Amino acid sequence: MEPLIRIKDLVKVYPLGEMEVQALRGVSLSIERSEFVAIMGASGSGKSTFMNILGFLDHPTTGEYILDGRSGANLSRDELAEIRNQKIGFVFQGFNLLSRTSALENVQLPLIYGQIPSKKRKEMAQQALSAVGLEGRAHHHPSQLSGGEQQRVAIARALVNRPPILLADEPTGNLDSKTSGEIMAIFQRLNDETGITIVMITHEQDIAAYGKRKILFKDGRIVEDSIS
Amino acid sequence: MMALFASLRIALRALLVNKMRSALTMLGIIIGVGAVIAMIAVGSGAKKRIADQIASMGSNILIVLSGSSTSGGMRWGSGTVPTLTVEDSKAILSEIPGVKDIAPQISGVAQIIYGNQNWSTVVYGTVPEMLSIREWTLNAGRNFMQQDLDGATKVCVLGKTVVDNLFGGIDPIGQIVRIKKVPFTVIGVLNSKGQSAWGTDQDDIIFVPLSTAQKRLFGMQFPGMVRVITVQARDPEVMKTVEGQITELLRQRHRLQPAQENDFSVRNLTEVASSAEESAKVMSLLLGAIASISLIVGGIGIMNIMLVSVTERTREIGIRIAVGAKGKDILLQFLIESLVLSLVGGILGIGVGIAGTLILSSFTQWPTLFSVQAILLAFLFSGSVGVFFGFYPARKASLLNPIEALRYE
Repeated sequence: MEPLIRIKDLVKVYPLGEMEVQALRGVSLSIERSEFVAIMGASGSGKSTFMNILGFLDHPTTGEYILDGRSGANLSRDELAEIRNQKIGFVFQGFNLLSRTSALENVQLPLIYGQIPSKKRKEMAQQALSAVGLEGRAHHHPSQLSGGEQQRVAIARALVNRPPILLADEPTGNLDSKTSGEIMAIFQRLNDETGITIVMITHEQDIAAYGKRKILFKDGRIVEDSIS
Repeated sequence: MMALFASLRIALRALLVNKMRSALTMLGIIIGVGAVIAMIAVGSGAKKRIADQIASMGSNILIVLSGSSTSGGMRWGSGTVPTLTVEDSKAILSEIPGVKDIAPQISGVAQIIYGNQNWSTVVYGTVPEMLSIREWTLNAGRNFMQQDLDGATKVCVLGKTVVDNLFGGIDPIGQIVRIKKVPFTVIGVLNSKGQSAWGTDQDDIIFVPLSTAQKRLFGMQFPGMVRVITVQARDPEVMKTVEGQITELLRQRHRLQPAQENDFSVRNLTEVASSAEESAKVMSLLLGAIASISLIVGGIGIMNIMLVSVTERTREIGIRIAVGAKGKDILLQFLIESLVLSLVGGILGIGVGIAGTLILSSFTQWPTLFSVQAILLAFLFSGSVGVFFGFYPARKASLLNPIEALRYE
């Protein structure tokens, strides 16, 4: 069976004035369905660039990337947006919820752009909130929620469209260790129960330890890839 | 593309977050639309007043004036010497096909006496057709008829100003007035026409049969002569032709040599009046144009605020794009926001414009006229201002790079 993610010789070069910065210098990798991958690396190691490409937010300079049978090459902005909407759930370090809108509406956001009718949207959003244990907080605004709760809303938003992959960029970066543990427990449970593939960037060893596979980036290359 | 309703809700919420800012931005459009509506109302009021005055003159009217003449080296102006005859007017009607009706007339100022009241006014000796040609209507009584002309009966039809000055509250029909000491029976009273386009009182007038006027009032020195022939053409297109034909016919009838000047003149009243109408049109256009500038300034206000709003919400836009918003979703969201601002401003502006016009006209007594078209036009104009000035900020938002937008603090 074709792996969920197949990456070959990925290179990303940023022009920086006269110079060029090589953020990725040839990355090849396959990720199967239902994997839980932790990506580690120092800042500047290229892991964020890698994540942006993985999330169809950015194009590689050269190389090949296929997610669930779809390649990002030669796609328009709108086609990329559609892939992000259907195939990818994002969880960010800073939660990135819309303030002044309730948790329920935040979770509905990908469904709005996915043309789901309003009644169905609410149902799906409620389900996603239940999956992260926030069914009672649906009508709270982000400012009325704790950091951990906000991140759980963000996870619900990432899950609501039932994408095959969840990309998390330092999901515990703004949380204390106890809450971090709770968030990681949710990730593990989702991974076990629904079989969703999770790719998570972190720089903390103990957070990375929740993953089943650990990939270490250094200077734009993968230097270590181990299954625990 | 996401549902329009969802976009509308997002837009409304965003506008309500900054109530003060939205209200101030809207104010620009409110003032603009209000000014456009008020100015158009004032302009079309002026235009309508002139059009009414022109209509009150009668339509397709040519005036033939008896001519200037030279006597002893002194030249007299038009109408001073009666060179036209009743036969001339009959010939014009029978020989020129474009002529619908004619009314020959003589006139003069005379003193009118009723009881112990007296009034000085212009008395016209003419034919019954005069009333229909010049669009006079009777308020009471009747017009004089062919029999009155044939018999030179002493009957008269009075304008409203004359009635007001002589009769007070009494019903004038059947009463006897003395014109130049000759007793006339009042048989009809005219409806008021108000001021002419030149500011004279059109109601200060008396009509008597032409034959009576010639025999009893003014005709003694030139029997059978008329000073003015009012000609009504069949439609506006033939006016020029008829004018030329009248000139030709009269030159022929008066046996004028090619070298001789006309001893009469033909004037086209509609032309004079339409130039007045033209200037009113220019004025209302000018007023509208000035007012539209304020609407455009209002639009620039919207653009300014929308640009600020896009910058402030960069992160929000980034989140939306990351979770799958397409360019047109973002474009639509911001366009709807500016459209809501401008359309709500437009609706309020219509109210302000109407109220402002009513206040203005009650203070200045200017005639004003609202038209549904003008109000709709102003409203649609405000909508297009919203789209036009909202487009650039909305497009800017839709083209944001999601990675940078998400990182934006």
